[in-house]
Amino acid sequence: MSRLDFDVAHLLAGLMVLVSFLMLYQDRLYSLLNTFALHALALALAVAWQAQIQDAPHLYITAAIALLFKAMIIPYALHRLIQRLGIHREVEPVAGLGITMVLGLALVALSISVMLPVTAAAGTLAREDLAFALSVVLLGLLMMITRRNAVSQVVGFMSLENGLILAATGARGMPLVVEISVAFSILIAFIVIGIFLFRIRERFDTVDVAALDRFRGDRR
Amino acid sequence: MDVPTPAGASRRIGKAERGDACGYDDGEGVRTGVTLLSFLLGCVASLLLLGPAGVALPRRLASAAIYPLTALVCAALGSSALAALLAGRVEDVVLPLGVPWIGAHLHLDALAAFFLTVIGFGGFVASLYAIGYARHEEEPRRVLPFYAPFIAAMALVVLAADAFTFLLAWETMSVTSWALVMAHHERPGNLLAGHVYLVVASMGTLVLLLAFGLLAGTHGHYDFTSIRLAATHRTLAWLVLLLVLVGTGSKAGLVPLHAWLPLAHPAAPSHVSGLMSGIMTKVAIYGFIRIAFDLLGAPVWWWSLPPLVVGALTAVIGLLYAIVENDLKRLLAYSTVENIGIVFLGLGLAMAFRSGGFETAAALALTASLLHVANHATFKSLLFFGAGSVLDATGERDLGRLGGLIHRMPATAVLFLIGTAAISALPPLNGFVSEWLLFQTVLTSPLLAPWLLKFLVPAAGAMLALAAALAAACFVRAYGMAFLGRPRSPQAAGANEVDVWQRLAMALLAAACLLLGVLPGLAVDALRPLLRLVLGTTLPRQATEAWLSLIPLSARAGSYNGLIVLVFMVLAGTSAALLVRTVAARRMRRAPAWDCGFPTASPTTQYTPASFAQPLSHVFGAMAFDTAETVAMPPPGGLGPARFSLRSRDRIWELLYRRLALVVERIATRLNRLQFLTIRKYLSLVFAALVLLLVLLALWQ
Amino acid sequence: MIGPYIVQGVQMCLVLVAAPLLTGLVRKAKARLQRRRGADVLQPYRDLLRLIRKETVIAENASWLFRVAPYLIFAATWVAAALVPTFATFLPFSWAADLIAIVGLLATARFFLSLAGLDIGTSFGGIGASREVMIAAVAEPAMLMIVFTLALHAHATQLSTIAQALGLPAVGVQVSLALVLVALILVALAENARIPVDNPATHLELTMVHEAMVLEYSGRHLAMIELATMLKLLLYISLIGTVFVPFGLARQGAPIAAYAWGMLFYAAKLAAGGVLLAISESAIAKMRVFRVPQFLGAALMLGFLATLLLFVARGS
Repeated sequence: MSRLDFDVAHLLAGLMVLVSFLMLYQDRLYSLLNTFALHALALALAVAWQAQIQDAPHLYITAAIALLFKAMIIPYALHRLIQRLGIHREVEPVAGLGITMVLGLALVALSISVMLPVTAAAGTLAREDLAFALSVVLLGLLMMITRRNAVSQVVGFMSLENGLILAATGARGMPLVVEISVAFSILIAFIVIGIFLFRIRERFDTVDVAALDRFRGDRR
Repeated sequence: MDVPTPAGASRRIGKAERGDACGYDDGEGVRTGVTLLSFLLGCVASLLLLGPAGVALPRRLASAAIYPLTALVCAALGSSALAALLAGRVEDVVLPLGVPWIGAHLHLDALAAFFLTVIGFGGFVASLYAIGYARHEEEPRRVLPFYAPFIAAMALVVLAADAFTFLLAWETMSVTSWALVMAHHERPGNLLAGHVYLVVASMGTLVLLLAFGLLAGTHGHYDFTSIRLAATHRTLAWLVLLLVLVGTGSKAGLVPLHAWLPLAHPAAPSHVSGLMSGIMTKVAIYGFIRIAFDLLGAPVWWWSLPPLVVGALTAVIGLLYAIVENDLKRLLAYSTVENIGIVFLGLGLAMAFRSGGFETAAALALTASLLHVANHATFKSLLFFGAGSVLDATGERDLGRLGGLIHRMPATAVLFLIGTAAISALPPLNGFVSEWLLFQTVLTSPLLAPWLLKFLVPAAGAMLALAAALAAACFVRAYGMAFLGRPRSPQAAGANEVDVWQRLAMALLAAACLLLGVLPGLAVDALRPLLRLVLGTTLPRQATEAWLSLIPLSARAGSYNGLIVLVFMVLAGTSAALLVRTVAARRMRRAPAWDCGFPTASPTTQYTPASFAQPLSHVFGAMAFDTAETVAMPPPGGLGPARFSLRSRDRIWELLYRRLALVVERIATRLNRLQFLTIRKYLSLVFAALVLLLVLLALWQ
Repeated sequence: MIGPYIVQGVQMCLVLVAAPLLTGLVRKAKARLQRRRGADVLQPYRDLLRLIRKETVIAENASWLFRVAPYLIFAATWVAAALVPTFATFLPFSWAADLIAIVGLLATARFFLSLAGLDIGTSFGGIGASREVMIAAVAEPAMLMIVFTLALHAHATQLSTIAQALGLPAVGVQVSLALVLVALILVALAENARIPVDNPATHLELTMVHEAMVLEYSGRHLAMIELATMLKLLLYISLIGTVFVPFGLARQGAPIAAYAWGMLFYAAKLAAGGVLLAISESAIAKMRVFRVPQFLGAALMLGFLATLLLFVARGS
């Protein structure tokens, strides 16, 4: 593996971490969706590059799926959804931006310091891919817990899933079957969540998940 | 001149312990028959004697005699300590005082000599300042008996070489400074300050006592030599380290143990405030270095975490308090908290590097910390004296009632400005040098193996940069509100320049700020014997570098030359001024302020301290103080006033201190019942305690 | 023997002479982008000369600090700008201050500018000073993280060494460097009071920062401050050029031709930087003052992220 191969893989995986941060930084739903599309694009590129350097053509399919579904169809569908539901276009964060950012940085530091020593035996590329993937997963989780809005929670969940795919491709290819099933499960999850959103909207006239808590009587 | 070092450099302990102070003769570099240590002890003793003398002398004479005498003795103390530091001397003596089977061990080495230099110099300048300042003192007899003994106690802490002497001197230091804080107990707030100080100080001593108990182990050797030789168990050492951090940190003002500091330091007379903030906190740092670096031996990497994390947090939190503070002296006290944080951060770095075996980097970190100790002693004393002068001239400490003093007190204004620039870490003054060295240390952190440290150290570096920038903001505010603009009260408008002694003391400190900033290489060189003593390695000599520049590691990596920067700045500034003056129209006219065409005569239209701090508290306040701003605007067209209100809570005070106080009170109320028992019940309690102890003894065996 | 000192002298004069030209270029480019003809690129020189020749009016209660500050600010900024390698590296005084010290010198300039803003005791001066220190409080940690990442790459804070290390072909494609570049641009925009943080071309606007501080200045004092502002812009563009486009820099003892090439490259870098700045200023709008900490917080985050990614790339 040449130096350039490594550098570009590093660049693309690092880009995914960066875009995860950018998603935390957004305060409008539309721009959040656009950033998510960028995230998926970065994933597609990263996977395609892995396909290139690992000489594993089936990964191109994964990249294509990511590009088609995650970078195009799902953001577009969510755009439509937001329009049709007339949801508030602000992301409603639980904590302040500064605290979220600091937490995010701490999570990235944590995942690097966990992953690098554990995988000392593996190749450099796999190691850093795993470290970045774990960062992306943790940032997605962070996004899910620091947002009130259900749409941004969905986006957080999908970015988390992007991280999983990154991890899988870094680890010398995963079987296509698994891959396609993961992609479909995401699609199904998306549909379920979409329907779920409609239901919440019909009942409570909002997609703020706090409304659900209120309904359950969990209000603090 | 290279430092003569005996063999086994890193752990040098004078082996000859002789019972007689005067009979001790080292034989190397001694010019008179008196060794340095006994001379220093003589200074300490005469300072102790100056206390009672303050009461014995007639009231009129006392102030005029005691302060000059104290200044002389302190100068002697400081200069001989400096000589000891440069020569790297080690001297020991055991006096037959104190607990019979321990005696009073006293020990002079480079570490002690460095801190003694700081104490001597600080005491000298403070006494000089006091000659002028104390003329306005209404109750000199509440200050004089404790002033010189306070300095003596600090010196004795540094010289002590056994736990008993150390703690005795430590407590003397606490009690004398407490008495000085209470000198004006009739003023509102001072009683509370004294009370809180006393509680925290006793807690600190208690914790130190426990730490020494653990260090002494089951054998009960309380002198430092035996403690050093007896290897303490790892986990036990970790516990000792935490205890020492709490004990010395409570005196130095580490968050969250800082609460007493901004209450007590400003309450004392200003020269004492300068001593407490500038010098006493350094004695606490000495205690930490002595125990954590010298007595505990080689550290493990995670030992460095508490000082590193607490130091970084302290640096930022201290300044966040300082930025919203309106009382000039309290602001300075909070900034002391910040600087202590910086020093502890450096010490944490030194421990981290030392544990990893990077002795040069550790030496760099320790140098940075110690240089910051010296620097902070100079500029904080200067600033407290400046604040004292402002207090002297106007009777005001509230920034909101000052302003325009640069016209009324020109000399104080210049000197205070030098102090603010130095503490804001601006080149070419001294504050920048120590922070620069600390940044250089932070940049070597990738050497460290543990991942946690790899990430934590850059984060601490960012906190350090944040603290530096916030310090600049804080002192722009302090200086701008007190000295610039227009007077906000009649007192400020009618201020007069202070006494020549006060100005002299401040001028000396300002000169020291500039010298330490321009020639840092000399100061770094002076610390080399100390580094060799504590770490067993030193930095390369700086004095031989071309142009006296500061090159800690290698010239290609990074270097700084305050002298060149200063010369260039002076040349650039003066040449520009001269050129402009020859080319330009020399006409200059004074006119009313422009202010976008709406100048108003009233000084109340100026920015107030609160409004200056608003953007910063808006950005950072939510985290630190849980601030909430509310603005009530009148409806459009309404003529009512708009109202702005700011609510802020001190979280540390509410969450820690108040809760703790509540718990203590609750327990005390419960225990109160014990006072009303019958004799039979008392007897049964005593009996139960006896049986319990016997059972424990049986179990132990 | 004397040669390097001459080069150093040339550099000191070069930055001083080039700074107004750069500002003129930015203004011209901006005007062209807005379909205006715009003033001549030499206009800033004329402005400065005119200001110097004019009578100086100072407020009645201005102190000596108000009159000294412009020279101090100018001196600190000039020294800082002269220490950034422009067309040649390892100049004889380059070791007098590393990147941290250059940041420190700029902090000195800012400190005195804020004090000067407070000296007259008007509300505008207060607004400017208080906002300036707030922006600096966030910008400086971000700058330190940038320095840290660069120092990790080059094992040095000395700018000449950094430029040399980053000029090697072995550097390759580095995501951390890209992040640092973005962060540095954000910090540079804030430090130079450019859009979107502050608008250099406006007065009488409640959101202004830098212009509010210098509101009371006139005549030669204002000229000094304007020149210092121009120098600062030049400094940041040179810094970005030297660190991220470290090509064409003449080494110590190189032939004259190399220095000439260096000058040419430097001029090209400055022009490119100026035009890009003009484009970005024309394209984006100014933000609210309290958005600025978030903007700079992003720079801080990028700097820290760059450090983390660099650790990963090194694998140790």
